[in-house]
Amino acid sequence: MNGQAINTILYLDNVSVSFDGFKALNGLSLLIEPGEMRAIIGPNGAGKTTMMDVVTGKTRPDQGDILFDSNVDLTRLDEAAIAELGIGRKFQKPTVFDHHTVCDNIELALANDRRARTQLLGELTPEQTERVDEVLNTIRLSGHAGELAANLSHGQKQWLEIGMLLAQDPKLLLVDEPAAGMTDAETAETAKLLRQISQNHSVIVVEHDMAFVRDLDVKVTVLHEGSVLAEGSLDTVSKDERVVESYLGR
Amino acid sequence: MTSVLSRSLNRHALAFLAALAVIAVVVPVLNLAVPETSAFHVPTYAVALIGKYLCFALLAVSIDLIWGYCGILSLGHGAFFALGGYAMGMYLMRQIGDRGVYGDPVLPDFMVFLNWGELPWYWYGFDQFWFACLMVLVVPGLLAFVFGWFAFRSRVTGVYLSIITQALTYALMLAFFRNNMGFGGNNGLTDFKDLLGFDLQSDETRAGLLIASCVALATGFLICRAIVTSRFGKVIVAIRDAESRTRFLGYRVEAYKLFVFTLSACLAGVAGALYVPQVGIINPSEFAPANSIEAVIWVAVGGRGTLVGPAIGAALVNFAKTWLTGSFPEIWLFVLGGLFVVVTLFLPKGIMGLAGTLRGALSRFRLKAGGVAVGEPSTKAAE
Repeated sequence: MNGQAINTILYLDNVSVSFDGFKALNGLSLLIEPGEMRAIIGPNGAGKTTMMDVVTGKTRPDQGDILFDSNVDLTRLDEAAIAELGIGRKFQKPTVFDHHTVCDNIELALANDRRARTQLLGELTPEQTERVDEVLNTIRLSGHAGELAANLSHGQKQWLEIGMLLAQDPKLLLVDEPAAGMTDAETAETAKLLRQISQNHSVIVVEHDMAFVRDLDVKVTVLHEGSVLAEGSLDTVSKDERVVESYLGR
Repeated sequence: MTSVLSRSLNRHALAFLAALAVIAVVVPVLNLAVPETSAFHVPTYAVALIGKYLCFALLAVSIDLIWGYCGILSLGHGAFFALGGYAMGMYLMRQIGDRGVYGDPVLPDFMVFLNWGELPWYWYGFDQFWFACLMVLVVPGLLAFVFGWFAFRSRVTGVYLSIITQALTYALMLAFFRNNMGFGGNNGLTDFKDLLGFDLQSDETRAGLLIASCVALATGFLICRAIVTSRFGKVIVAIRDAESRTRFLGYRVEAYKLFVFTLSACLAGVAGALYVPQVGIINPSEFAPANSIEAVIWVAVGGRGTLVGPAIGAALVNFAKTWLTGSFPEIWLFVLGGLFVVVTLFLPKGIMGLAGTLRGALSRFRLKAGGVAVGEPSTKAAE
């Protein structure tokens, strides 16, 4: 296939999606290297969430190539298959299983056989239990393992969802506005958590909060009207004339 | 296997199974062994009535498995119940043999009446009890599988799914009303004589059917308990609470839904099969959409997502129905409608949540009453 796709974890080339004539993505091209953490910013309607939708199989692109791990064509697969390949997604609004305990939430996300028939009789192995504890530690929720997820605070739910992604052990994490609705302290803690995660995963973070993006300290891609407007460090892109005009404002 | 059993049996489940065992033993004994003159004698009509409630309880449990645990609100489960009933009814019709009004050794009366020359192919095999039993499971299960395959794969959920299940049962009702469908049309199947050679009118057979209903309910209940307490059970609850999250975790939601939906339809079919010999008739009105909706009300009244609750709800609501339609026939539908409104507004967890709801209300009341009567600042601080 395309030579550029070699040695990328995610490769989008000229991807377009339109809804009733509105071009949500317009020839979007993006390369993410293995192990990289990338922040994606852009005004409302820039196509950030649609970009995540096409990568995770929720929306089919009208045209363009999406390759995972240099050679897997994602445009032909559905959500479950893509998740199994190793792409995890965190939603904008925290979605955890309210009526399960924190521990069960992680357990459900744990990488193992997802087929219905094996779930009927399966039990957790000791290694898996250990892994659940490890994830709970990472997301700072060890003390809440037995609580119902419904009783967590908003920030804790966000972390729990990130923990579920970790338990899935994906190669690539897509994280949609993890800091939305968080207190300043929680936001700082979340940035720390993501940096920790990015040590052994590729991560794409979509975010509005500039302070948070600065905390992440990674390469930034600015989206505008469905395509890439600028790319580089936060300082570089925030000096770009077009970015200032379209997004950061005066 | 023992671990599955031990995790399935919690306090409520054990109490429920014990209660079923007591019914299965005490009711037949009080009917058969205690003389009619005694105050403890249970009349035969009551045995049949209790047996009927048990079948409804099994239907309610089957609905709770998909609605309470997987969030699939089927408003057409009466269809699976009725199909199981028809499968049993066909066996019972064949058992009549040449004792029908027209005395035809093979054809049921309604076919002779319609001048049919021979038995339609889909009636073949129903003279065998094992075949009828198989069909009781296969017919509702197959319909649910095919229906679910299309519905869940196309991601039809929520109210849209409820509406098409409703349409499904309505369509089946219209189809079964037609005489040339070969299921007795408007009148359905009736005038049954015996089951496996036992006279359906005898007290002993009725007691046997009651015991069979208890066993079926207990078995169905245990199967559902085993499922909801397994890892599979955690996944279906996850689907109920956040379907797309579950999908993005890599679970094939449609496979899980299809399994519980098909199983639930099979359980409903068994309930219908046991219901028919106890009431002595099956006709297309069993497919009426209102029946399916009523069954959902039993589940809501009992408490969804508890399995025990819906069984209790089914028995209580039907007891109220028997009593009210006998004593005050005009108010029954108002009571039923009112019940649903009251339960939805004030008892979201149904009868099973009653204790918790009352305790909460009582403590709130105490707090308030204390604050008003004494008006001490300390109570206010507590609030």
